[in-house]
Order: sequence, then structure tokens, then C-alpha cells
Amino acid sequence: MTTTVTTEKTTGQPEERFDFKGMIEPVWCPGCGDFALLNAIRSALRQMPEVERQNTIVISGIGCSGRVAAYLGVYGFHGVHGRALPTALGVKEANPSLNVLVMGGDGDGFSIGGGHIPHAARRNPNMTYIVFDNEIYGLTKGQVSPTSPKGLAGKSTPEWPALEEPLNPLAMLIAYNVSFVARVYAGSPKTTTQIVKEAIAHPGFAVVQAMSPCTTFYNTYKLWAKQVRTLPEDYDPTDRMAAFARALDTETMWLGIFYREERPTYEEMIAQQAARLRGDEELSDDERLRRLIDSFV
Amino acid sequence: MATEMAEAATRVVDLVVGVAGDTGVTPGIMTTGEMLTLAVSRVGYDIYTFQTNPAEIKGGQAWYQLRLSDQQLLSQGNDVNVLIAFDEEGFEKNEKVLADGGVLIYDASAYEPHPSREFRLVGVPMTKIAREQVRFPLAKNMVGLGAAAALVDLDLQVIRRMIEQKYAAKSMEIVEKNFACVELGANYVRSELGLSPIVRLKPIPRPERLVLSGNEAISLGALAAGCRFFAGYPITPASTILEFMMRELPRFGGVALQMEDEIAALASCIGASVAGKKAMTATSGPGLSLMVELLGLAVMAEVPVVVADIQRAGPSTGMPTKTEQSDLNLALYGGHGDAPRVVVAPSSVGDAFYTAIRAFNLAEYTQGPCILLSDANLANRKATVDRPDSQGVKIVNRLLAPESDERLPKPFPRYQITMSGISPYAVPGMKGTYFVATGLEHDEYGAPNYTPEVHTAMSHKRFRKLESAYANRNGDEWVSLYGARGEADLGVISWGSNEGVIREAVAQANAEGYKVAFAHVHVLNPLPEKELKAFISRVRRVMVAEINFAGQFAHLLAGRFKIDPIPLTKVSGTPFTPQEVLDGIRDAAA
Repeated sequence: MTTTVTTEKTTGQPEERFDFKGMIEPVWCPGCGDFALLNAIRSALRQMPEVERQNTIVISGIGCSGRVAAYLGVYGFHGVHGRALPTALGVKEANPSLNVLVMGGDGDGFSIGGGHIPHAARRNPNMTYIVFDNEIYGLTKGQVSPTSPKGLAGKSTPEWPALEEPLNPLAMLIAYNVSFVARVYAGSPKTTTQIVKEAIAHPGFAVVQAMSPCTTFYNTYKLWAKQVRTLPEDYDPTDRMAAFARALDTETMWLGIFYREERPTYEEMIAQQAARLRGDEELSDDERLRRLIDSFV
Repeated sequence: MATEMAEAATRVVDLVVGVAGDTGVTPGIMTTGEMLTLAVSRVGYDIYTFQTNPAEIKGGQAWYQLRLSDQQLLSQGNDVNVLIAFDEEGFEKNEKVLADGGVLIYDASAYEPHPSREFRLVGVPMTKIAREQVRFPLAKNMVGLGAAAALVDLDLQVIRRMIEQKYAAKSMEIVEKNFACVELGANYVRSELGLSPIVRLKPIPRPERLVLSGNEAISLGALAAGCRFFAGYPITPASTILEFMMRELPRFGGVALQMEDEIAALASCIGASVAGKKAMTATSGPGLSLMVELLGLAVMAEVPVVVADIQRAGPSTGMPTKTEQSDLNLALYGGHGDAPRVVVAPSSVGDAFYTAIRAFNLAEYTQGPCILLSDANLANRKATVDRPDSQGVKIVNRLLAPESDERLPKPFPRYQITMSGISPYAVPGMKGTYFVATGLEHDEYGAPNYTPEVHTAMSHKRFRKLESAYANRNGDEWVSLYGARGEADLGVISWGSNEGVIREAVAQANAEGYKVAFAHVHVLNPLPEKELKAFISRVRRVMVAEINFAGQFAHLLAGRFKIDPIPLTKVSGTPFTPQEVLDGIRDAAA
């Protein structure tokens, strides 16, 4: 069921690396962009020796891409629609030593779950959120999503094209001050692997908008192939205003790291506060509880 | 029954004091009540309080009721013997609960009362004393406190220590001014009015006991049970648990978070539990309404988690500061699909500590959600309780799978079908036990599976876990029995914070010659069927007492046991008084 591949570790010693394949084969439609993204994520994980199988968990939402939790062979939690971020936050803060990866679609992340993103950004937990964005609801068979272009008629709602402006997720993420913001495209697997690695390595909340054409309900391969361009080499991802400018340029689908900033993670700040509250005295939990109870006499 | 009657017979002191006034006009109405409570408790008396904070953000009429006795107290009592009313509205609103011949302590510089019945009037110019003699008008409530202390002959030095505890960190000047007000209030009663005490609260030598609120008891119980993750969202009347946990949990190596909403609060608790921590959230009805989808996830993915619902009154925003027991149906049935969950309810402040531990134990044992149903009354009120025995209680942890060091592990049967329904748990960090926890219907390995066989077998498994919890309760008392032991004319059944008041009313009824038994249910799901069947079979008629309109528990029992119970309900936003329950018993028995 599981196999291993041999890769070169940085030390030059061969190491058997887990292949990051799960028990279950993906059930996506032929040609779905999610396949390419899944493979790029697997490559990224294989290339990161610090990512150990037993210390990695994928928390996913509901939607086609939400099934990815089962396809990576690590611990997974496939929860309810729209709540992957707060669920993942609980996992991370309960055990900060885990690699926490969050994955889901544009409906899950930007519609029903959209309210959780700013609060994750405020906290800056060290976890990576990859949003598989196909600009359509695929699992429920073709309704328009919050990133569908205005005027798009979903296959299941052809009589009622979208009246709503699409969200601009990157501009939103930059405005929320997410500490790592990037965009990748299923059609550019090598860049995707590289950026996913950087996102996972980023010490803070990293969000990657992963453009993934839906061959069944909204096939954007041809359209996006004309729009994608990699951010120029001299682009400075620490310049937040420049990041806004690129994000607001909707004529071009810029790929790359739009914005990155290192600031204390939520785990670090929590640990500091806890150390302050705990004080220097070494006490067992039983003794602490006894003293706390005594304070109510 | 024998105990209650014996206690009632030997009771020497049994006094109810009410403190009323507009918190906008007299700051510290609640502080007055609290200080009196702590002082009385410190000299060895049992206390039992009932309080309603005004719903207004600032100002509004507040009410603090303190019953005190040299014996164990089971309820807040009926009529008030001493009323401290700082303003006229406070007097007029509460005049009806002041017993005939009761004492009214009032601020004579604010108003002259016009009572409609005979009371003992004790007018003390509180505002004038605080302003002119101490030059600290803010502490006029302390003049009232001193007056009350003189009337019950309470050692003023005990009150001084309370004041020091509260204000010494601010400044000793504030301590001195507050205490000067207390002394002047007491002296005014003794010297100017020449009154002698109506009762003498002589210190009772006994081991020190705790003064706790229900929310504090729940929080302490959670810590004792091993809770190491808490997430919440501010909501009345549950916020004090969030505040407690944010202050205390980090000291125990745990994490407490204020989340962006109740959905995120429960989601993060479920995530923390997936990562291996015992987790709890605390909310009230509106929050529980938002959480029901995630309750279903905890059932389906089999994740232990405790949800404390501190019930308040009414649907929608309702009456946030008032009490009710109307979330029972939501707790038992809230959510889609067949989603069995454990529901427990604390019956008193002391019991809330142990009920929190029971909630964690049952959540861990069944690997699913456990809802703890408290209420606004229990949340806020203070009572004297014996020091809880955190060493003597049993702590249950979830069944963990052994870690596997196989290099190519086999798939891990996280949802293995077993006799008890309980399957070995695994957490990230363990080797060889990889699986995907999921809200989709799944086979034993967690792989999605929608076949009739699997959904049937897994539904059985999920329900079977609760049956196993009941079968394995091992002496844990899920129903408490009081009153008539054998056959009885009337059997009262209740749940939650009504236990004490009903015990008191039942004891009184039996003393009057009625034959009444009482069963108080601590675990509402899975329902302790055997105990309740035995109880119902020995009483002629069943009466179900609860603070909600529809008689939610009565309906549940009617269907389950094919009985036609008499409902005793109220929806005034306040708890039962012993008198109301006694009247209900008399009506039912007549």
C-alpha cells in the first residue's frame, strides 16, 4: 500500500523517504488541476527532511480539494465545511511541534470560512494554508463561487450568471497582513513545489492561493495559460505596497511570493505569556491545583 | 429525609439578607453582598447566595441575596429577613419579598420609605456619613455593610480583612476609608439608634471551607480532570470561565484562547483534542446553537471534547443575565443526523467541581462530545463548599493505541468495531498509527464508505459507546435519591441546579405528613434507565420540576417511560424557591 523512494539527504547519505502517498487514490475528475498540485505538494514534502511523517497533519475542509487530507499518508483531519483554520489552530497550539498543513477550496476558505482568515492572520500561527482555487463549486456540481468572474454562468445555474464581483484573495490576504502570501498555478508544477517548500519553511502563517482549473465545470486551462507570469526577479516581497499593486493587477495572473514578513509566531507569544504567568517556581500540577483551591478559602 | 429534618430541627441561625439598589447611583452593591458573604463564611457559617446583575451596561437595579446558617443550606431561601435598600426604587421593587416584621436598613440621607406592611425601620444616613465624616462618598455602601454587621453582631475585624484583600494592593488609604465607613455604620446602629443585634453570629470553629461560584467550581474541576486546552468566546453568563481559564490554564502548561466566534472556539477544541489534549469550551445558549454542526463532527470523527453550556433565559438573545433550563432539547438533540452525545448537569456549586470531572471522564471514555448543562443561577451564586478532594477522584483518559515502530505500517483501524464500541485512539506524533479523522461516514480505517452495512454498523458503534459508559459507571451515582425511601404518593424528578431547593421542599412536605420521594438526575444522556424505572415504579404519581416553559425533561420521561408526569415549570428568569416547590407538591398531592 505504501512505498518508499530514495532521495539524497543534504549530508549526501541516502535516506529512505516516505513518498507521501495515502491509502486512498484521489477521486478527482481526469485533468483536474488538483492532481498537479497534489504531486507538487508531495515533491515539496519529500524534499524537506525536517518534515517527518509522524509529526505532520493535514487539516482540510469540505469540497473536491478537501479530500486531499487522505492522499498524503500523514495524519489527517477532514472536518466540517469552512472551519479548517480554527481546527488547525487548535491542533497547532495544543502541540506546536507538529507540522500543520491546512488545505481546502475557494468556497471553503473564502466563502463559508472567510471570516476565520483575518483572525488567523492576526495570530500568525506557524502553519501553512493552501487554497485550491478553481473559481467554481465543483463537488456540488458547478455553482459559482466567491472567486468566479462576474457574469460567469455556472453549469448548474446557466439562467443566472454571477452578479457579484469576484473577491481578490491576494489583496485581501495582504490587507489582513498575512505574513506570507503567494500564488501558484497547477500548470507550473516546479514553481509550485518551490513555493510550497518556502511556505512550509516560513515561520508564521503562510497562505498560498493555488490556481487549479476545473475541467468539468469551469475549464480555465487555456484562459489562465495566457494570463500567468512569474513575478520579476527584482520583485521585493517585503514591500507591502508593491504586493498590493501586483495583487490588484487582475489582467495578469502573477505567480510567486507576493509578500513575506517575519514576526513572532502565536506559539512563541503564547509560550512567553505562559512563562510570565507560571513564574520561576517549579511546582507539580497537583501542588498548583492545591494552592489555587486554597486561594478560595 | 432524616438528615434534612434533623438539620432543620437543630438550626439556630437561618437568616436571609437582601441587598438592593441602582449600581449607577450606589457603586458596589454587589461588593457589599460579596463582602458580607465572605465575612459570614469566614466565621464558620454556611452561605448560599442568589444574585441578578442588571442587564444595563452601567447602572440599573441589582439584587444580591444571601442566606446564612449554622447548618448546611440547600437553597437561597424564601422571604428576606433583612433588606438593605440603598435607594427608594430598590426598596419598592423588593418590598414584597421582605418578611413581615423584617428589618429594612435604608439610606436615610436618600429617602424615607413608605412601607405598606409592618417592618423594623433602620434608617442610617449613609451618604451623609460617607461624605461628611469620611470624605469618601463612594463608600456609602460600606456604611450600609457596617450597619448590617452590627445587626448580626459580626466581628468587624473580619470585614476589615476582606477590605484589605480587595483594596490593599490599590492603597492603604482606600482600605482605611472603607473601613472607617464600616465602623461608622456599625456605631450609628449601636449608639445613635441604640439597637441590639437581632442575631449573634458567634464564630463557629470548623475547618476552613471554600467560597466558590458555580463557574469557578466548573473551572477548578476541569483543571483537576486534566483539561489543558480551552477556547471560548465572550458570552454572558459563561465569560467568567473563559477569564478563569485564560488566567490559570497557562500556569498548568495548558493553552487558553479567546477565539473569533463560538464556531471557531469549538473547532479549535476539537483540533486540540485530535492533537491529544483534553479540551473544553464554555458558552451559553446562542453559542451552543452555533456549535451544533461541530458537535456532530466530534461524534462522527470520535473526538473527546467538553462543551459547558451555562444556560440563560429565552430563545434568541433572550434574557442574558437571567436563569433558565431551556437548552435541554438542544443539548440532547441539537444537530443533524443521529449524533449521540453525553449530557451531564451539575446540581450545586460543590457538585459542579465533580460534574466537570465526570464530563471529562465521559468524553474521554466515549471519545465524543460531552455537554455540561449549568445555568446562570449556578454560574454566579456563591456557596460554602468543603475543600474538593482532587486526589480521591478517578480520572479517565482516552484509550490509546500502542505506538508501532514498523517501518511500513499497516493501515491503522482507528474506528475498529469492538464490543464496547470504543476503539483505540492515536494522536499525531505517534509512529505507525496514521489515519484520517473524518466527518464522512467511514469504515474501520477511516476511509469514506457509504454502504448500508457500514453506516448501520458505525451507527450502532456510536450509540453503543454511550451504553457502555452507563454499564461501566462503577458506582458513580447518576441519580441521587431523597425523601421517602419506599412507596410514595408523589415522586419528584428534576435535574440541574434545582436539587437543593427541591430537597428542602420535599423534607418540609414530608414533615407536614405528605409522602414524597425525590430523584435528581445527574446524567441526562445516556439516561440512567434502571434507576429511574425503579423510582417511577414505587411512586403513585410523577412530578417533573424544571425551569423552562415546555417541560422539556418531562416530555423526555413521558416518552421513554410511558408515564404522564405533572410538570412543575416556571419561566420568570429566576430559580425555584422552596415555597414554590412545596406549593407544587401540595397541589399535586391534593
